Amino acid sequence: MYPSRFRYEAPRSIDDAIALLRQGAGEAKVLAGGQSLVPLLKLRFAAPELLVDINNLPGLDYHRADPDGTIRIGALCRHAELERSTILATRQPTMAAAAPLIADPVVRNRGTLVGSLCHADPQGDWASVVTALGGHVVAQGANGRRNIPVAQFVTGPFQNVLAYDEIAVEAVIPAPKGTVAGGYLKLERRVGDFATAGTAVALEMSGAVVTRAGIALTGVGGSTIDAAEAAQALVGGPLTADSIAHAADLAAQAAQPRSDHRGSADYKRHIVRTFVERILTRVQPSTERAA
Amino acid sequence: MTQALDEIKIGGLGSSRKRVEDNRFIRGRGNYVDDIVLPGMLHMEILRSPLAHARIRSIDTSKAWEIPGVRLVLTGEMMATRNLAWMPTLSYDTQAVLATDKVRFQGQEVACVVADDPYIAKDACEAIVVDYEPLPVIVNPTQAMAEGAPLIRDDKENQHDNVVFDWQVGDKDATDRAFEQADLVSKLDLHYPRSHPSPIECCGSIADFNRATQKLTVYMTTQAPHIIRAAVALVAELPEHMIRIVSPDLGGGFGNKVPVYPGYVMSILASILTERPVKWIEDKTGNLISTGFGRDIYLHGELALRRDGKILGVRMHTTSDHGAFFSDAQPSKFKIGLMHSAFSCYDVPAAHLTARGTYTNKAPGGVAYRCSFRVTEAMFFQERMMQAAANDLGMDQAEFRRRNFVRDDDFPHRTPFGFLTDSGQYGKCLDVGLAAIGYADFLKQKEEATKHGRLLGIGISTMTEPLGAGNSREYDILGIKMFDSAELRVHMTGKAILRTGAKTQGQGHETTWAQIVAHELGIPAEDVTVEEGDTDTAPFGMGTYASRSTPVAGAAVAMVARKVRAKARKLAAHLLEVSEEDIEWELGRFYVRSSPDRGVTIQECAMAAYSNMPDGMEPGLENVAYYDPPNLTWPFGCYIATVEVDPQTGVWDVLNVVAVDDCGVRINPMIVEGQIMGGLTEAYAMASMQFITFDTQGNCIGSNYMDYLLPTAWETPGYELHEVVTPSPHHPIGAKGVGECATVGGPAAFVNAVMDAIKDTGVRNIDMPLLPDRVYEALTQRHDVSGAPPVRTDD
Repeated sequence: MYPSRFRYEAPRSIDDAIALLRQGAGEAKVLAGGQSLVPLLKLRFAAPELLVDINNLPGLDYHRADPDGTIRIGALCRHAELERSTILATRQPTMAAAAPLIADPVVRNRGTLVGSLCHADPQGDWASVVTALGGHVVAQGANGRRNIPVAQFVTGPFQNVLAYDEIAVEAVIPAPKGTVAGGYLKLERRVGDFATAGTAVALEMSGAVVTRAGIALTGVGGSTIDAAEAAQALVGGPLTADSIAHAADLAAQAAQPRSDHRGSADYKRHIVRTFVERILTRVQPSTERAA
Repeated sequence: MTQALDEIKIGGLGSSRKRVEDNRFIRGRGNYVDDIVLPGMLHMEILRSPLAHARIRSIDTSKAWEIPGVRLVLTGEMMATRNLAWMPTLSYDTQAVLATDKVRFQGQEVACVVADDPYIAKDACEAIVVDYEPLPVIVNPTQAMAEGAPLIRDDKENQHDNVVFDWQVGDKDATDRAFEQADLVSKLDLHYPRSHPSPIECCGSIADFNRATQKLTVYMTTQAPHIIRAAVALVAELPEHMIRIVSPDLGGGFGNKVPVYPGYVMSILASILTERPVKWIEDKTGNLISTGFGRDIYLHGELALRRDGKILGVRMHTTSDHGAFFSDAQPSKFKIGLMHSAFSCYDVPAAHLTARGTYTNKAPGGVAYRCSFRVTEAMFFQERMMQAAANDLGMDQAEFRRRNFVRDDDFPHRTPFGFLTDSGQYGKCLDVGLAAIGYADFLKQKEEATKHGRLLGIGISTMTEPLGAGNSREYDILGIKMFDSAELRVHMTGKAILRTGAKTQGQGHETTWAQIVAHELGIPAEDVTVEEGDTDTAPFGMGTYASRSTPVAGAAVAMVARKVRAKARKLAAHLLEVSEEDIEWELGRFYVRSSPDRGVTIQECAMAAYSNMPDGMEPGLENVAYYDPPNLTWPFGCYIATVEVDPQTGVWDVLNVVAVDDCGVRINPMIVEGQIMGGLTEAYAMASMQFITFDTQGNCIGSNYMDYLLPTAWETPGYELHEVVTPSPHHPIGAKGVGECATVGGPAAFVNAVMDAIKDTGVRNIDMPLLPDRVYEALTQRHDVSGAPPVRTDD
């Protein structure tokens, strides 16, 4: 497990980091938590000429809620911090459900949410969560910052839209209107395994009525799947056994799983259906379930 | 008045003293092969075949030689000029060190580079160009035996097919008669998937050939250093006294570090050629795809049953997959190891086993992964067959076992395949287990849960297994008998050093051997240093595997301590000025029988051995013992698991696990419990998540820890442990082997529990691992799910 030769830089300002990426001219990689990149280096699946370690950049290790309820996660905010977050625990159930399911405790100590989005692994849990929540990524380059909706940020397996001299500095979850509900479930053979299938569900409710819904799927396609049709089917009415079953069916149809040693395509689709149904049933107020 | 020491206080037998080796392991002060740095040391990396079966047209190493810092590039052709391209295996086959003609499995060693650092060596490996001509690939025994299958071992003169062996044991005629008399025949087809021992520390070596002294020193990850010394002497044709094998701290072995691997041989030749120390440290993928795997065997089993539950006979046919070379690391004289230890705890009048081994394009080197060879498979097959038979009879699975157990007063007992068991209380172990799990209550709970659509299940696995290879009638390695040894030297102040021919790799010998000395001599355990693994200092022994250390080397420790005590008695008689016959022994002290106040401690005897010995007595207080066990030891295990299966997903959760182990007298109960918990965890892993499979092209799925899963603390269930003690009748301190019991007996408990939960579907079997999708398939399709998990593709 010996990587190819590379140059290593650890700049202390974001401007220096961007300048180094520019020097690297596409042959440079940003190192944050390193939980995906370092294994790729050791296996020689990735062989960049330059590694730009951003761990010394000041002011990126935060997550916070703005007064309006917008949640912001800095590029050096570790999964473990999100797992322990009272902000997520009290305000954002989908993220709070996902945080303890990211990889294993060792990975969570180092890995970052923003890094996970950039890595764009179709098995990445956060990409589904942020997609379901309609979040975006803030990218910073030599000419300033731009916002990129996460659905457009990930362009395919292990591909994102960042220019080679841009750094993703923040992920943003927009402020909800009304009350929030949702959850994240994933089936894995063992803690730290890639998901056999995972489902993120995020709702905004006004009373019993769903005003916004997002459903996204992990590990059942070439990249994160936005099951928009399934989500849309929930909007405008209350959660009922029928609407839940319908949305779960549509989510299963949106999945594009491949059969592999984690399970057959049919099984994975079945898990998507079951998990969407389970999350929505849990969310559904008990009074309505009784009715 | 006697003044015997409190044995527990001095860390003797039965003391759960803390492991002395942990002090350095926990502090990061262990000394593993990769920690050793020698002056001028070079680094070796291996280039492995990406293909499973291909002819090598050419190998071009010229670009590799051009890289600065490269000192040596070796290919099979160069090895062949020194007659080292092939080496003999422990199963009397041959194995390629570096491929010459063909590659026969993915990951096979094709070339190696020795360079100033491992990065350069790796770069140079990538610069080697190999031209392969792909050949058809065989990945299972069915393909291997098919008409017109390509011949994998075309290097062997008399090999015309892919069959390694056909072997049988038992009485076919008597068994046939038993089946004719049966009311019912219960049949089951099973697969035990390929697994890997996967020690956290991979294999590695540092070979250091000194041209001036002509001495070869090899630091290496081996469970059996003396065997390696003998093998190196034979293979490399070096004089045995000029070879020193040192096995330093080992990060686990589990059978994986018994064989001789090509990397060791290459590092030795590289050191001889470069006249520099050469270090080879295998990476995890190399370990998983090329070194000794476990299992990979199919069973067709049949039980002849009488309506009342009595087993009349058993038939077993196994088909095993040995990979490209028959390099099973097993010391028994039987081709399929101890598979015929199956049904040893049951009174079965007739039995017959046939076994066929096959070559495939998969990694070679079946090892006894935490078991005596094939015992894990034997007991798994046995206990799965027992459950299926109980169901076929409509009989309670506990009662069915109880009816067929060998009774306590029926020892010694000749097992159906001819072993001799000597003791046991099988029914009592089962009773303890059933009480602990709350058997009757659980059955009621299960019935109630069924009404609500919940699926609860309980699985039982009971077995006795032959541990402690072995008596010289049935075991040898390359003709060497399987005894073991201990050498004890008591210093003048009563402190001591003990060396044995075993080699600890996590078992805790440094702690437990000292406890045996404390028990026999009364020297506090903390006063005894234990040293193993250096062939220049340790007495000749066969190493540690197959749970043989305590049965064999542990017995030698007791025997050498007794020899030392015999001499100390003479010294005591001299010091007390009485004749030896008037001396009595109590722990740590000799005294005059008629006057118990007059006594000398073992420490005083030790001082006298160096300062005040009687006329004519040789000075010093030390001895050596070689121990050839009269029989195997036969521990018994009863493992019971309860589970709940989620009918919507096939996910199953373990509710409770109870283990009852009868391993005879326990030297250190804490270490025994650790062994059992570790074994149960490995059992759970095999039952729930582990397998190595291959696609049709022979690509190994399971080459890293993302695909080959080791359970973490997160999913590992809790265990409740109980014991029954039936001392081994022939072991000097009544101990039996225990290291592998739970690994061997555990898997069937988990599988039986899941199968019990879904019994109403009529499904007879799901092969391991019981991944959720396989359980779901059985639940919804209502058919058996057989064979290794397929590498499915939609293409």
